[in-house]
Order: sequence, then structure tokens, then C-alpha cells
Amino acid sequence: MDSKIFNSGATLAAYCAEEGLTIAEVMIRREADLREIETEQVLAEMYQALDVMHSSVRKGLTEKVESVSGLSGGEAMRLFQYGNKKSFSGPNTCRAAASAMAVVEVNAAMGRIVAAPTAGASGILPGVLIECGRDKGWTDAQLVQGLFTAGAVGMLFANNATISGAGGGCQAETGVAAAMAAAALVEISGGSPVQALDAAGMTIKNVLGLICDPVAGLVECPCIKRNALGAANAMICADMALAGITSLIPFDEVVTCMYKVGKDIRKEYRETAKGGLATTPTGKAVAARLKRITGSH
Amino acid sequence: MEQYSVFDIIGPCMTGPSSSHTAGAVRLAHVVKHMVGKPITEAHITLYGSFAETGKGHGTDKALIAGLLGLLPDDSRIKHAHELAKEQGLLVLFAYSDEGVAHPNTARIYAIAEDGESTEVVGQSIGGGRIRIIEINGLAVEISGDYPTIIIRYRDKPGVIADVSRVLAQCSVNIAFMRAFRHGKGEDAFICIETDTPVTPEMQSTLLLLCPSIQQLYAV
Repeated sequence: MDSKIFNSGATLAAYCAEEGLTIAEVMIRREADLREIETEQVLAEMYQALDVMHSSVRKGLTEKVESVSGLSGGEAMRLFQYGNKKSFSGPNTCRAAASAMAVVEVNAAMGRIVAAPTAGASGILPGVLIECGRDKGWTDAQLVQGLFTAGAVGMLFANNATISGAGGGCQAETGVAAAMAAAALVEISGGSPVQALDAAGMTIKNVLGLICDPVAGLVECPCIKRNALGAANAMICADMALAGITSLIPFDEVVTCMYKVGKDIRKEYRETAKGGLATTPTGKAVAARLKRITGSH
Repeated sequence: MEQYSVFDIIGPCMTGPSSSHTAGAVRLAHVVKHMVGKPITEAHITLYGSFAETGKGHGTDKALIAGLLGLLPDDSRIKHAHELAKEQGLLVLFAYSDEGVAHPNTARIYAIAEDGESTEVVGQSIGGGRIRIIEINGLAVEISGDYPTIIIRYRDKPGVIADVSRVLAQCSVNIAFMRAFRHGKGEDAFICIETDTPVTPEMQSTLLLLCPSIQQLYAV
């Protein structure tokens, strides 16, 4: 397989159209080619990732999870239960957002998760896929296909921009995770590769410039709640794409744009905890308090 | 362009809280452990950029210690790394620097093995748990840790690279990437070879036997 296929969204979509394949199918073939292994093995590895995702969601929603700092834990469970009542965003969105938060709460407690594409943004993809899957009655096989779609979209960002908060701010972490999830939802629902990429592009456009400003430098505040936002963002953008709405700015231009914006974001707002929420009076007070606790090592 | 695996994006499966500051840090130190090749008794680690600013909160210290002890990123014992180091007789000292560096997540690891031999490695955690080694004992290199890698230190002279690649060919090891670096003509030089299949300890012995110009061989 030509390694240039994953150079851009345009080359990937063109290849899908030529071969009559979904993005997920191309991703699976490419992985098997790259590592010279059978596609069955590639699929089996993704089933394992899905298993870890399932258990991290379940753990965060059912067990008492508390982070080492004491800043987070238990909020995912609260939103999930509330979502079954008269919520504004609807039970499905509430539960997907809660599931996304659950994974990041488990992560903050030094639990086991699958980075997707990073640990700080690890809740969005499992939260959205598992919850929407339950709502729509999707099988694990369909969810696994969705994870390959998501992986392909994430790879386009990794190849042409960045997927680290230190490199490009929160837009590059929770933004990219949400874009990956949006594309997965579209493709599982039978949308075309172009629609999936449009959904991903629209998702990033909604959070362009989002800074990474973790309080006390921890992957907790605002990361956990931004995973909730990412879940909702992914779902609304998938809905827009499936409704036939297109993105005026093509996917590849959005990726390049995100990269440029990320480079322009000052260092204070790229995971250094030197700006944004981290330097509000409360943010600084929390950091000072935790410094004394962790300083005992 | 680097060839990412889909599991670099959907993955790694890891212990939290941060892929770059925790999982990447474990991998970085794990590579150093392999390079040293024998038990490490002391390490001096300098953290730069975002590693220095937010490393403590992300457990970067625990992650680096865990890696030096040989743990992998999904090990649930990472959070107890300080206690494990004490048990295993590894002393680790941290320093923080505000010196400008090429990548925000950079660490310099000076490791001393039980026989007193020291190795100094500078590495970057480039996002999503992926890493890049950029310096070994003062020499600029570029290693991803994605492939089995051997690093050979030798006195710069004609024919060494040919000898090494001939031995690897005889061992049926395919070279994926190969780069040579040196301090100056006729001085210390390094070859980094990334291979498709691992260079086994037996093959390493063969290399040392058949290529006498090799001063040192590290396998990662």
C-alpha cells in the first residue's frame, strides 16, 4: 500500500473512493501491511483496546474513584445518574459526557486507560462510542471499526499537525480526540469518508485555539470536564455531517490551521500551568496547597 | 515522515495520568535502562520545559524511576516507584532547569551502573507516549525506540560500517534505518541501527568478535 495515502485527508478520501473502502478498512489494511501481520491480529489488538476502554468506563461509573491529589473523582457518576432525569442535553449526551469523564477520573487516579490520542483526552472516544453504541445497539465489531476510523483521523493530525498539549494546546488533545470520535460515529452510521472527515474538521473548528491550562499541572481541572464537552462536540458534529451539512473549510486546511494556531499559542498556555485557569487566584491556591502535600517525597 | 501505527494513536494502554508526562517518561527511562544493560545504582535526572514545570503533578518523577527499574507504561506499580527504588537500591536525584530546549518535554538522564560506568542520555517525550532519544554521551543522535535498535561506539576509521552491516546481513537481520555520527574525523563515532527483528545477545557477541573496532555496543 502506498505510504502517501495517509499524507492528507484528501489523499485518504480519494483512495477510499477508488477502492470502494471505508476509512476503517483502509486503516486496517495499512496496519497489517506496515507490520507485516494478518488483519485478524490487527483486529484482535483493537478488541483488546476496546476491552480496556469498557473497563475504564465501568470503573469510573461504578467504583469510588479518587485522584491522588483529591481534586477529582465521583462527578462522572453524578452526571450519569442525573442524565436519566430531565436533562437539557438529553440522556444520551449526558451519559456519553459522563462516561468520558469517568475514564479521565480513572486516569487521574493512576488507573489503567487507553490513550486516545493522549491520556488527558482519553475519555472522549470510549465515552462517545460505548454510550452511542448502547443507544443504537451497535456490536463490538462495529465499535472496533469505529476505533480504526478514529485512529486514521488521529494519524492525519499526528502527521500534519500535533497531538500534544505541550505542542498545540488543548485543541490538539481534546479537540483531536473529539474529531476522531465524530468521524467514527459518522462512519459507523454509514456516512461516507468525506462526511466523516467533514465531521472531524467541524469538531476542531469549534474548539480552535483552546489552550491547555491545567490547574497545578494536573490532568484533572479543566481536563475532565473538557472531555465531557468533547463528547458533546463530537456528537453534534457527527449529527451535522450526517444531516448533510458540510464544512466550508476543507479538513486538511483545518488541520494545518490548527497547527499554526497551536504554534502561536504562548508557552504559558501549552501545558506549562503558567497561564489560564492555572494562574487564577483559586488555581494558584490549589497549586500551593498541593505542592506542600507532594513536597513530602 | 514518521510511520505511525494505529496503536500509537489508539494507545498506548497505560497507567495515568499523562501519556507524554507519565507513559512517555517511563519509556524514555526504560530505553536508558536497556542502553546501560546492567543494574543502575544511581541516576541524576534533569527535567526541562514542561517536564520541569508540571512533572511532579503528572508523576513524571515516579515514571522515570519506574522506567529505570524496568517497568513498562501499563504497570500498576508505577505509583509506588519511589518505594520500589528504595527496595532495589536505586538512588535517584532530580534537578529542574529553565534552560531553553528544542522540545518542551525533555529529560537528561545520567545513569551510573553498579560497576561505576556512566551513561548520559537526553530524550524527549514527543506526545502520545512516543519518545525520541536525541543525545547519548554528548553525541547528537535520533532514535525513536519504535524498532529494535543497536548503538555502536567505535573509533572513526574506514570500513567499520561495512563490517557491521555485513555481520548483520549474515545474521539475516534487515536494517530499517541506519545513521552514523561522529565528534570529528578519527575520533569517537556512533552508528545507530534500527532493525526489523531484534539483534539477539548471540548476534551482539558475534558483532563484537568480528568487528574489533567496536568499543561499545548498546541494544535498545
